Amino acid sequence: MLRAVEISNLTVQYPDVKALDDVSFVVNQGDFLGIIGPNGAGKSTLFDSMLGLNTKYKGEIKFFGEDIRKSKNYLKEIGFVPQKPIFEKNFPATVSDVVRMGLRNESDENKIDEILQQLWIHELRNRQIGELSGGQLQRVFIAKALVNNPKILILDEPVTGIDQQSIELFYSILRELNSKQKITIIWSSHDLDAINQLANHVACLNRTLFFHGKSEKFFSDDELVKQYSEASMQEHMHHH
Amino acid sequence: MSLEILTYSFMHRALISGIAIAILCSVVGLFLVLRRYSLFGDAIAHSSFGGIALGLLAGIYPLWTAYGVSIVSALIITRIKDKFNISGDASIAVLLSSGIAVGLVVIGFSGGFTIDIFSFLFGSILLVSVDDTVLILLLTGIILIVILLLYRQILYSTFNEEQAKVSGVPVEKINYLIVFMAGITVVTSIQLVGVLLISALFVIPNVTAIMYGKGFKQTAIISMSFSVFSVVVGILISYVFDITPAGTIVLLSIGLLAGTMGIKSAGLLSKN
Ligand SMILES: Nc1ncnc2c1ncn2[C@@H]1O[C@H](COP(=O)(O)OP(=O)(O)OP(=O)(O)O)[C@@H](O)[C@H]1O
Ligand SMILES: [Mg+2]
Repeated sequence: MLRAVEISNLTVQYPDVKALDDVSFVVNQGDFLGIIGPNGAGKSTLFDSMLGLNTKYKGEIKFFGEDIRKSKNYLKEIGFVPQKPIFEKNFPATVSDVVRMGLRNESDENKIDEILQQLWIHELRNRQIGELSGGQLQRVFIAKALVNNPKILILDEPVTGIDQQSIELFYSILRELNSKQKITIIWSSHDLDAINQLANHVACLNRTLFFHGKSEKFFSDDELVKQYSEASMQEHMHHH
Repeated sequence: MSLEILTYSFMHRALISGIAIAILCSVVGLFLVLRRYSLFGDAIAHSSFGGIALGLLAGIYPLWTAYGVSIVSALIITRIKDKFNISGDASIAVLLSSGIAVGLVVIGFSGGFTIDIFSFLFGSILLVSVDDTVLILLLTGIILIVILLLYRQILYSTFNEEQAKVSGVPVEKINYLIVFMAGITVVTSIQLVGVLLISALFVIPNVTAIMYGKGFKQTAIISMSFSVFSVVVGILISYVFDITPAGTIVLLSIGLLAGTMGIKSAGLLSKN
């Protein structure tokens, strides 16, 4: 099987905290990996390092067999949906404008309509980005991440503050991307149920990697599941 | 008011340069405003004041020294800001005051050349020469072409730096490029409204256009139209009534802003 991502002995030391400590795991092409861990577990730090936003790490990160310190070419194959899509509230950009920003090959204009249709937001294409609801916004950012046909989609906890119906739609989109389009998905989430339904691999992160393996194995270990569902309950209370 | 003024060649030069500068300032200014860098134009203009004073003292054409000093100091301040993590507004304050301080000290040494300085402070669009006009058109053309070529990267890194980086946009280089182009734009525009009112051209038409809640290209076009309207009408009115063009231009664009605010609060600006 082809290795999409290979992380070896990744350690990130911020001035005050060690955010990641000797984390190693592999993601094969076609995998759907769910990463779970409480607040401050280092999930965003892991993604920042994988995406070249944090270069002060020890260890090695490889995409498609190549060290990311050597070349940034791998970024072409990656779509990223950030935890908080921060932008100016009155930024004068429509939904199509935002998706177009992600488009590397500007002649692929048709691709924008195609992806908006796929994500059920085509009718929003001329709406200003600042007027959208959380769920709509999230789909716009997924559309932007997908517009270049990436091989890997990375999503950082993208469902906080979104209603149940939108979440269901979002999950079915993810499932389809992974099963039909064979996109490798790496997804951090607090929703154990969703991870159970969608992901075929699970990683439990809390500074160090507590568990990494097939999702059946994780969900058959009651002790582990209990521990992490409690962590995620606290998480939810935090958010409300 | 007679149409005769439209036949004077100095008026042709003023209008042509004015339109070019209006378009240039509105486009470059839109990116600055969206980057919360609205006063950057002002800061560069003030540092160009130091450059102008140096030029007058050294007997060099002051706009050349202004270009040099403004661009170099804008790039240095951007570097310092990134390196020491100083906020945008604080770095603007530093740039702004150091430019004026250099200017004042240089003027002090020279024993004062208040008359020459005056036209740089408030602009002198009716006095632009053929050479000035050609230079203004040339620089406007080059900057607009660069912006068109790098449109996606500039827009994306303005929208969100981190996401742009993840998409492979060379965000740092783009940031320096914008600062560099802003430096050139400011000094080029000094002839129109002078050092003191330059940020009005950068900011007011864009703030007005953003209120219409349109997409990016439409917003840019609305802003350019307002900017060109204020400059053309401002130049004509100021000539007819023999008042300063700079003040008239800025007041007109403030009028458009106030009108837009009025329309908006009356609820007439429906989204979509
Ligand atoms: N840029 C930074 N500088 C210093 N410390 C940081 C930085 N980013 C994160 N940290 C710290 O590193 C630790 C891990 O943070 P991180 O954001 O990676 O966690 P997370 O798992 O994404 O949390 P959450 O679920 O709240 O998003 C935290 O203790 C955090 O305070
Ligand atoms: Mg996080």
